[in-house]
This record gives sequence, structure tokens and C-alpha cells, in this order.
Amino acid sequence: MKKYLLYMVQVHLNFRRAELESLADLYNLSIDFSQYDVDSPFFVLELENDQQARDWIKRSILTRGIYEYWGQGATLDELHQDIKCQPNFEQDLQRKFKHSTFKFEFECYRGNSKANRIKQIESFHYLDFEGKIDMKHPQEVFTVVEEYTPVSENISGKTPTRIFFGRQVQMSNRSAMEKYDLKKRPYKGTTSFEAELSLVSANIAQVKPGTIMYDPFAGTGSFLVAGGHFGALVVGSDIDGRMIRGKGAQVNISANFKKYDESSQFLDVLTMDFTHNALRNSLVIDTILCDPPYGIRESIKVLGAKDPERFAGKEDIEIDGEKAFLRRDYIPTKKPYALDSLLDDILQYSSERLPIDGRLAFWMPTANDANIETIVPIHENLELKYNCVQEFNKWSRRLLVYINRGDTFNGPSNHGLKRSENNFRERYFNNFN
Amino acid sequence: MKFLTTNFLKCPVKACDTSNDNFPLQFDGGKCQLVQDESIEFNPEFMLNIIDRVDWAALLKVAGELGSVTLPSKKPTFPCSVPELTEVGMAVLNDLHVMLLQTSITEGEMKCRNCGHIYYIKNGIPNLLLPPHLV
Repeated sequence: MKKYLLYMVQVHLNFRRAELESLADLYNLSIDFSQYDVDSPFFVLELENDQQARDWIKRSILTRGIYEYWGQGATLDELHQDIKCQPNFEQDLQRKFKHSTFKFEFECYRGNSKANRIKQIESFHYLDFEGKIDMKHPQEVFTVVEEYTPVSENISGKTPTRIFFGRQVQMSNRSAMEKYDLKKRPYKGTTSFEAELSLVSANIAQVKPGTIMYDPFAGTGSFLVAGGHFGALVVGSDIDGRMIRGKGAQVNISANFKKYDESSQFLDVLTMDFTHNALRNSLVIDTILCDPPYGIRESIKVLGAKDPERFAGKEDIEIDGEKAFLRRDYIPTKKPYALDSLLDDILQYSSERLPIDGRLAFWMPTANDANIETIVPIHENLELKYNCVQEFNKWSRRLLVYINRGDTFNGPSNHGLKRSENNFRERYFNNFN
Repeated sequence: MKFLTTNFLKCPVKACDTSNDNFPLQFDGGKCQLVQDESIEFNPEFMLNIIDRVDWAALLKVAGELGSVTLPSKKPTFPCSVPELTEVGMAVLNDLHVMLLQTSITEGEMKCRNCGHIYYIKNGIPNLLLPPHLV
């Protein structure tokens, strides 16, 4: 086993560990999280080799990178002492990279130093590297990671309080946030989901290359894009055809995939009511990832007549000798549907369609009232693996992640129970007062 | 709507689930407009995974309706990984890529062989919504 330094981002802490665990599980890595500290961006851990480190971190969004651990200290001098004292320093670390081309980099957390970096790099002379310095395409990047303690909230620290040194093994996939930034997306809407957390969701849901991912409430396709990024063949549906149609050939979901050069990952979007599903029963769906409608921007609807009496006999209406409901321009009526029922339907559908160990992940908003307990829907075949909360001022939303464990799991269920007492939409617009 | 999607869609009418005729939907070749997008790249590894999910009998049926008869009558067997693919295997896989992922139906209609309901494809997007009496 070898020591590695994982440098993480200090945001979305509720999601960070879930992402790391899910990616470790995806590559069958067993990671000892006993040294993991939610309050720190640094995590020193052991892995068998660089390949494991690369697998683990290459798709991660909530980390920056992983480094082969060479040492740490409160000051540069202490760091140098620590590096020299590493048991594998001479025979392993130093010798292996003696002839590699290389460069040095500095990473600073919560502060910045005005120190002379060249001088600092020269203080590593004892490493005795004989390879050439190559700033553009070095074989190895050696990184000094500095942690500062800010003087106050507005004044950052000037001298690092802890310094790590390591060899870069794998940078994270955090740059994807830039690529999928909503500001630069051709087709988006009011319900589009931000890039960062949609990518994190896809990681926690373990979207895999060459598998099928389905978003039953695709809207403008935010999660489809995230799933496509991780190599799945993605298919979406939405009862609202306007959303998935977009605004012409250059401004629709397909155009988004074209822009990202990922058209081959995009299967289709279907105008379809999730509760009247047309995906054949024998089709295995590897991952279901979605942000269901919560009736905030529009009420929840499914197919059917709100007032069935008014529609009695309408199937016999003909226009130009043709049944009206079979015409190309026919628009079916829709009726309101309860959120609890819709969530029950998603869980049931997932238990039927996901392979064993396949994941369902969806978002659910809740009000932050201290006196109201949030009841999360559960299903007897599904293990509720994560419940990651993102807090806003008066409300929050959570990513619920379930693993299909099959018929023998016999977990608890709250199917059919009325879980949401309060109308979230009404309370949202009343500012939760 | 990609050709591959025809292999995934059944009639959403719940009563049709008890019938074997709700999948695949029946395509009216004369009314379907097909286009090919050559810019969609061939990824053999990805295709190997996808072929696994294809119901071959349904694919033959729909291909016949849409006027394509070049498919082998039995699902070709492929090795599990790309390096083991023969040159012929790779060519077959590429043909399937052209058909399943590059070809799409931009306009057309499909019908349930059981209940006879018609679903339209408009601007490449299939509409699978149902009238109240079929819900």
C-alpha cells in the first residue's frame, strides 16, 4: 500500500463523501475513511497503486486532485525533514523519478503567499532530480500544497500553516463544470439544473459508460447531459412536449449534445407520461436519475381527465371522417396528481427496471421548518443509500439515492402513505411564513 | 427518433401489457421520413454494450417495415471486448451503428398491433401520450 494525498473542494460537503464512496465502489476500491475530515480539504489515505488513484478521482467533481504523498510540515523546513524521513524516500520516491522531465506547481488553500517561489523550489535541491524541467509537457508534476489559516473572514493568511508535497497522479474532473456551465448552454430553461450538482448526482448514481440512463422528467435535459458526459446512452421523457422540443433545431436538447460533442450518447427524448410508460418492460435501465416536478413552477400532471364525465363518449368524436383522438394534432387532456403517488411510482418503477445494485437518484425539496419531519419515500426492494441535503435560506433540497437490492431485501416501505402534509408550492410562494 | 429507440418502445396502454402484440410498434414505412446523421461517431465498445440490449426479432420486424432488409436473420454474436473483434465483426458492428444510431425517423407514425392506437413522430420526437379513454 502507498500513501496518497487527496485534495478536495470545501463545498457541498454533504455530497462530497457520497461521491467519493460511490466512485470507489464503482471501481471496487476499498478506502479507509477513518482519517477523512469533513472540515478539511485534505485526506491522506492508502491505495495499492497509481491506477487505483486515477480510477477513483478521474470523474470526481468535488475534489481537485490526488497526489502521491511525499510528506508534510508546518513550515517548509519541517516539510523537507519529513520528506527525507519517509521510509520509501530514497529507494522508491526519489529513484523512480530521477530522470523524468518535471515541473513544480503550487496549490494554495485559503490564502496566498508572496514568497519567492523559485527560491522555494530550489530548496528541494536534495531531491537530486536529473531530468529536464519542462513547463508544457512534463512527465511528472510535483506539487506543493499550502494550507493557510485566514486572519479573519476578509483577511486571508499570508504564511501557510501546513504544507504538503506530492507527485500529481490524477486531477479531478472539476473542469467539466466549466464545459457544462448553464451560461454557455444553447438550450436551457427555468428548470435547468446547475452543472456542478448534476454531474455530482450522476457520479453518486454511478452512471457508467455503455449503459442506459433514463430521466423520466427530462425537462431541458440537464441530467441527460450529465449522464452523457459519463458515457451512458441517455434517454429522457417528459409529459410536457414543449420543454423537450426546445426552440428550433439549433436550440434544443439535441443541439446541447452537439455542442458538447457527445451526440452519440444521446438516444432520444420522448413526449410521454412517466406513469403511462412506453419503455418496454424487458429493457434493463441501469440508472434512473431525475429531478421530479414538485409543483413549484407547474402543478404535477399525468394523463387522464380531471372530470371524467365531461369526457365520456368523446372517443367517438370524428373530424373529417377520422377519429379525433387518432389525428396528428390531437392534444390529450391531463389531470393533477399527488406528489406522494408520483414518488411511489418512481420507486416502484425503479424496483422493476433497475438491475440488482443499479441506482435510482432523484432530488426532493423540503421546507426547513424545525418542527416538520421530512418523510423520505422508501420501498421494500430499495436500500436508501444516501440522503444528501443542500441547504438554502428557508428551504432545502436533497438528493435521495437508492440501490436496488431485489425481492429478497425486505426493507421497510411507506408506499401509499401521505407523507407531504404541506403544499410545497404554496409555501414556497408565501416565502415559508 | 433514433432507429434504436424503435427497439425500446411498446404501447403505453396498460391493457396492452397482457398482449404480446404491444411490442414492437408497427411502423408505416410509407409515412416515415428517415435521415442519417453521419457526424455521430462510431464507438465499438459502446456499440457492443448497446447490442446486448437489442431485441433482434423486433429489430428485424421494424427494419422490414421501414424498408431495410440487410440484417442477418439471427443476432450476430460478438466477443466481449473490442480487441477480440475480427475485421468482419467490426464491419458488422459499424453497419449496426449506422442503422441504430445514425439513422433516425424525423416524421412518421407507429401503431400498436394490439389496440391499434397511433403514435406520431413529429420533428424527430415521438409522442406517446394517450387520450383519456385509453388511460
